[in-house]
Amino acid sequence: MALLQVQDLCVTLNTTHGPQEVISHINFSINAGEKLGIVGESGCGKSITALALMALLPPDSKTHGKIILAGQDILTLNSSKICSIRGNRIGMIFQEPMTALNPVKQIGAQISESIRLHLKLTRKQTLERVIELMDKVGLCVTRFPLNLYPHQLSGGQRQRVMIAMAIACNPEILIADEPTTALDVTVQEQILDLILGLTDSSGMALIMISHDLGVIAQTTQNVMVMYTGNSVEMGSTVDVFQNMLHPYTYGLFSAIPNVGSSLLPGRKRLCSIPGQVPELHLRPRGCNFAGRCSSASTICKEKEPMATRVSDHHQVWCYHPLTCEDKK
Amino acid sequence: MKQPLVKIEDVYKDYLLPKKYLFQKAPVFRALHGINLAIHQGTSFGIVGESGCGKSTLARIVMALDEPTAGTVFFGGQDLFNLSATKLRLLRRNFQMVFQDPYGSLNPRKDILGIVAEPLDTLQETLSYAQKKERVAQMLVEVGLNARDTDKFPHEFSGGQRQRIAIARALITHPSLIVADESVSALDVSVQAQVLNLMMDLQEKYNLTYMFISHDLSVVEYITDRVAVIYMGQIVEQGTTKALFHRPLHPYTQTLLRAVPDVNPLNKKRKNKPIIPLFEKTDASCPFLDRCNRATKICVNTAPELIENEGQFVACFNAN
Repeated sequence: MALLQVQDLCVTLNTTHGPQEVISHINFSINAGEKLGIVGESGCGKSITALALMALLPPDSKTHGKIILAGQDILTLNSSKICSIRGNRIGMIFQEPMTALNPVKQIGAQISESIRLHLKLTRKQTLERVIELMDKVGLCVTRFPLNLYPHQLSGGQRQRVMIAMAIACNPEILIADEPTTALDVTVQEQILDLILGLTDSSGMALIMISHDLGVIAQTTQNVMVMYTGNSVEMGSTVDVFQNMLHPYTYGLFSAIPNVGSSLLPGRKRLCSIPGQVPELHLRPRGCNFAGRCSSASTICKEKEPMATRVSDHHQVWCYHPLTCEDKK
Repeated sequence: MKQPLVKIEDVYKDYLLPKKYLFQKAPVFRALHGINLAIHQGTSFGIVGESGCGKSTLARIVMALDEPTAGTVFFGGQDLFNLSATKLRLLRRNFQMVFQDPYGSLNPRKDILGIVAEPLDTLQETLSYAQKKERVAQMLVEVGLNARDTDKFPHEFSGGQRQRIAIARALITHPSLIVADESVSALDVSVQAQVLNLMMDLQEKYNLTYMFISHDLSVVEYITDRVAVIYMGQIVEQGTTKALFHRPLHPYTQTLLRAVPDVNPLNKKRKNKPIIPLFEKTDASCPFLDRCNRATKICVNTAPELIENEGQFVACFNAN
């Protein structure tokens, strides 16, 4: 059985335009040790999905569906039970190490917070555990004493502290929400290596959320592409990235300038996706992508597409999945 | 050869750091360390480097927003830092800037007419309200917006549209140089592609010159003709985009290019290995010494100069 199963997850948030469904009918599952990527542009619901898994959504939001962690539906639990899962069995690395760390608390105290909360350890054992964690994330305690404050560290070092916090209780699932967006490429490479090394060595499942297709390609086995709160394509990373079927996935790939473009003769225009993401309260009745899609037909504008299973590991939510000729 | 539009000559920039003790001489941080560049009319010049390497300081100096500690910048043959304030002000219409954050760079209390027409008000001969409005409307159409958008406010636009407004504001005085400091970094890929296409179309139409600063190597490779790689305030490699991306010579450039994750999941390419510094770094040594896997004894005592190597300039003793 899968470690985590998300079934028909819908999230409704209160906005200035009244309650709006920001995530509709998301399904995915992840096994122990598996690496799942969630990719999409800003506003597509990647981060809200992550927050729903951590039960960190604002109190006036409504969540439907099921989030089953090892046979137990998280959404039915009371807050103290959720508290014993959050940070303990599911760890999360947030995007901005600048804002996610408390600026007036020493890093040692911040890393030990979840250990003190979840693991019944003595003071000495806690300290040992923190030192072990610092070592694991590549911050040697002799150079980075535990009484440092976040402002004394660089962006990459702060992100390492965040990772130490997230893995403090050996969670079964690690959620990394844009862990490297604010970092330079060389630091990004180190942090991704660190995350992959840690999850591989301890058998943690990883949910990697990113807008960067390269990061997802290099770190995950399976991927879910999201657009305006819906999953549009899901499957193994190789299948989806090599043989994409949804026009949106294809559009995303055509829009990125490839390394090596300078070798091509002449100046090539990038293929951009026309138009823009529809606003929450203006989302159409049918497929949300229909307004920007070149192969949209009448049915696309009327009825939301259902999942079409192409192979065991590849499904697409589209009435007109791309064929080989479309991609030329 | 034609005279370059922008010529940066041996620019140094020092910033004073806060003092630790009251009577101490303020410590100095050298943000730029002898930069030499020439940008020709109608081309795009890319500046690449990690955060804190001095990219934005260089942009500020080219825009004459900051004065260099030593060295100077020539714009169309005129020394920017040897002009009277009025002359410099008049010259400013010829170089404009597009900033990184389209949310922070537009005044939320001004309508689009006020925002886009501001350079006209301050830099150009007085126009009547109707003339101004017409020029702004024209420029908005030019960047792919609606001529009627002049009365709207920034919050009514998405990130990509705001960046188009910022481009319209930069273009309204018909400048020859646009300094784009991380102008597409804050945008989503599909919108980024639209803005990049727009910038290239405008370049063709107006024979614009871009100084394009970015940390995103694939974008720089796509849009620029020449590139300079900056590390700790010094140019470590400079050359045509094609040569530099195809055959990088400096170990730092190679590190940067290797670090970009490939979008092909099957392509598990050679990664950067963690570097164990071989030598102790001194003030005289190569700035890249502690991150270089090719360092030899000469690198410890001498900092390499930028030397030409088959049309490509590289500052490394062990370049290959």
